[in-house]
Amino acid sequence: MSTTTPAADIPVSESLEVAKVRSWKAPIAFAIVTIAALVLFVFLSRDGDTTFKLSNDSDAIVLPPLVMNAAVTGIVITIALAIITAISVWRTINYAATWLWLISLFAVLFLIGFFAWAAAGGTVPLPGFLLGTVALSAPLIFGALGGVISERSGVVNIAIEGQLLAGAFSSAVVASVTQNPYLGLVAAMIAGMLVSFILAAFSIKYFVDQIIVGVVVNVLVLGLTSFLYSQVLTENTPLLNSPPRFERISIPFLSEIPLIGPVFFRQTIIIYVMYIAIALVYWGMFHTKWGLRVRSVGEHPQAADTVGIRVNTTRFWNVSLAGAIAGFGGAYFTLGSVGGFTKDMTAGMGFIALAAVIFGQWNPIKATLAALLFGFATNLQNLLGALGSPVESEFLLMLPYIVTILAVAGFVGQSRPPAASGSPYVKS
Amino acid sequence: MTNVETDKKTDEAPRANQLASQIMNSSTMMTVLAVVISLVVGAVLIAITDSKVQETAGYFFARPTDMLGAIWDAVSGAYIALFNGAIYNTNRDSFLAGIKSITDTLHHATPLIAGGLGVALAFRAGLFNIGGRGQMLVAAGAAGWVGFSFHLPIWVHLPLAVIAGIGAGAIWGGLVGYIKARTGAHEVILTIMLNYVAFYLLSWMLRTPGLLQAPDTVNPESAPILPTAILPPIFGSRYNLHAGFLIVILATIFVWWLLNRSSLGFKFRAVGENPNAARTAGINVKSMYVWSMLIAGGLMGIAGVSQVLGTITSGFSSGIDAGIGFDAITVALLGRSTPWGTFAAGILFGAFKAGGYAMQAGEGIPIDIVLVVQSVIVLFIAAPPLVRSIFFIPKPGSRDKKRTTPNVSKEVTSK
Repeated sequence: MSTTTPAADIPVSESLEVAKVRSWKAPIAFAIVTIAALVLFVFLSRDGDTTFKLSNDSDAIVLPPLVMNAAVTGIVITIALAIITAISVWRTINYAATWLWLISLFAVLFLIGFFAWAAAGGTVPLPGFLLGTVALSAPLIFGALGGVISERSGVVNIAIEGQLLAGAFSSAVVASVTQNPYLGLVAAMIAGMLVSFILAAFSIKYFVDQIIVGVVVNVLVLGLTSFLYSQVLTENTPLLNSPPRFERISIPFLSEIPLIGPVFFRQTIIIYVMYIAIALVYWGMFHTKWGLRVRSVGEHPQAADTVGIRVNTTRFWNVSLAGAIAGFGGAYFTLGSVGGFTKDMTAGMGFIALAAVIFGQWNPIKATLAALLFGFATNLQNLLGALGSPVESEFLLMLPYIVTILAVAGFVGQSRPPAASGSPYVKS
Repeated sequence: MTNVETDKKTDEAPRANQLASQIMNSSTMMTVLAVVISLVVGAVLIAITDSKVQETAGYFFARPTDMLGAIWDAVSGAYIALFNGAIYNTNRDSFLAGIKSITDTLHHATPLIAGGLGVALAFRAGLFNIGGRGQMLVAAGAAGWVGFSFHLPIWVHLPLAVIAGIGAGAIWGGLVGYIKARTGAHEVILTIMLNYVAFYLLSWMLRTPGLLQAPDTVNPESAPILPTAILPPIFGSRYNLHAGFLIVILATIFVWWLLNRSSLGFKFRAVGENPNAARTAGINVKSMYVWSMLIAGGLMGIAGVSQVLGTITSGFSSGIDAGIGFDAITVALLGRSTPWGTFAAGILFGAFKAGGYAMQAGEGIPIDIVLVVQSVIVLFIAAPPLVRSIFFIPKPGSRDKKRTTPNVSKEVTSK
């Protein structure tokens, strides 16, 4: 978990004097998790075998299920975690950062151990689990990408929730009326953009506090969509609120790869667009002129203005773009999963996306990973609920929020917002 | 948020047209105009979604009066129902039955004011408290637990339950201030995250026998509050208004005193205006964050207490907060983060709520329209230039130039 960048949160002068820095964050985190593993997997070990299903029976290539004894796996995993912790301590003593791959390995091992322990005597359908995680994360990822673009350009985007909700509503209505889900997607993007226009107009033109506008816009969209839903959509559900859903599109051959095939190559168009959007936003943000401009107006608008970048225009259009992306994600609620629009169907997902933005340090890739973490935890709770797991589901649901608190409290490394995020630019 | 002060300075001007300009540009006038705009927006929504209006619109050019009549019927019916539900019910035969509406308004306003104060106080210290939901939930949990578990005389039990709720809210809020002070984490994220943590914590406790769940049920619901811990009705059992409103009045006076008369409140405002200057002046900014969030959480706790000991006393579930934690933000924004402004805004929103329910029951107009009206009010109040351009009010003169400078509240721009 811990992305140790030891020198990042130390003033320049200090880091020049002390070239070697020990960061104990990773070893400490590892040690805590290892102790947790020891307690859960070894002292509270559970009997029975855990079956990991690696492929569905209908797949072209069927892998045999993996059967593990819960108690033995627990002990092996705990020992492995302890070894990794020791390596990390050794690296830290020698002033070296723990390798990123080691951190990933640690996380994967812990998860395997956790599954084996929690699902003892049951079956973990891994392909379905991965699919579910991506599905639950999809709106969060779109929202987070919108948040990253908006905040990088210097406008705090609390209105992600409203953009998602507006996207869900308009995509449901337009797709139902036209019976064309693609038009629904376009409508969702336009609706998200319109919400962004309010945010942009009030915060950039009238200098209203961005957080205030964001909060109020959320209430406005919630009120409008709920009102129209109760007053208009429920009157005529077949015409107005029964959108066609997107079918999954299988890419030949690639979709038959066991385990990862269905996740990456047997999805609806929304998910394919999501994969492309993540890559595009990352590439655009850090490797194109557009990205440089966006980041410059968010970090130092005055400097950007001096070299001839129109700060407020740039911000306006990027906030609109952010709205379009988040609105597109809103369409996932109706066209990608549930079908019809219901009142307040985003249920605070926009705020989670906002948390993912901050957790992901305003970086599109990291924000995506943070969003995946939230989706993963929700899905984990569903799975363990079905298996009758020993952990209370509420505590699992709480986990991503607590992890986020720890993250923003600096345990996972400082997250520093774009310098000018939140403040309007007044040309003087 | 600090426009009120500039108005006081400008009322020395003697000339009549300047006076007119000042009246039209005063913050009170802006509020009134924003309310007018929002009611117009609401009317448009009601009109276009009314089935009679849609029907008559089909032959608008043949007989326009039909459609105009339908619009008038829909809108006036809605707003009359709103008035009847919120202020005085003209359909009742006796005066005492008629004024039930206004007591309903105050009843709905009670938690809104308390919550609004919690947001407003944090705002003045430069913090944005979106954690109302979590603070209300833990407060409701604590007050409810004391309320249904102990058998005590009323003069011990009721205060104890109220204090337990306020204390729990204060701890939940203070936790945010503490983490922010220690690590510099952003309070917006902390409060949002703690909302969920509180929600799941309460949900878990409500479905675990022996904690908060009622003994003889499988539903995630608590036992009913004992009569000795229920906030008594002020004007008799005929009206819903309970003693929580008196607590809220006291809380408003307290916040007014705190912000305007105490040294702690002065420090809060100094930190809110400019933390760097406050630090230079020797104010311990970090401890101000903790104290302001502690008190803000306590005020939110009053809202939770009022819900659990006053409004829903037959046992509570994890939805006890009823979205008030978020409504409170708009209340505080409308009240410009001043104690009495928040009080007035809370009563206005309480009226919308009480009237909204009447409108939903009587005219079949979903109460969600109230959210639209409220958010439009706050949006327009935050942008006076927009209101001026809609009503063709000329820009204020050079004396009042401050108004045209960015309406940026300090709490967000400053670090």
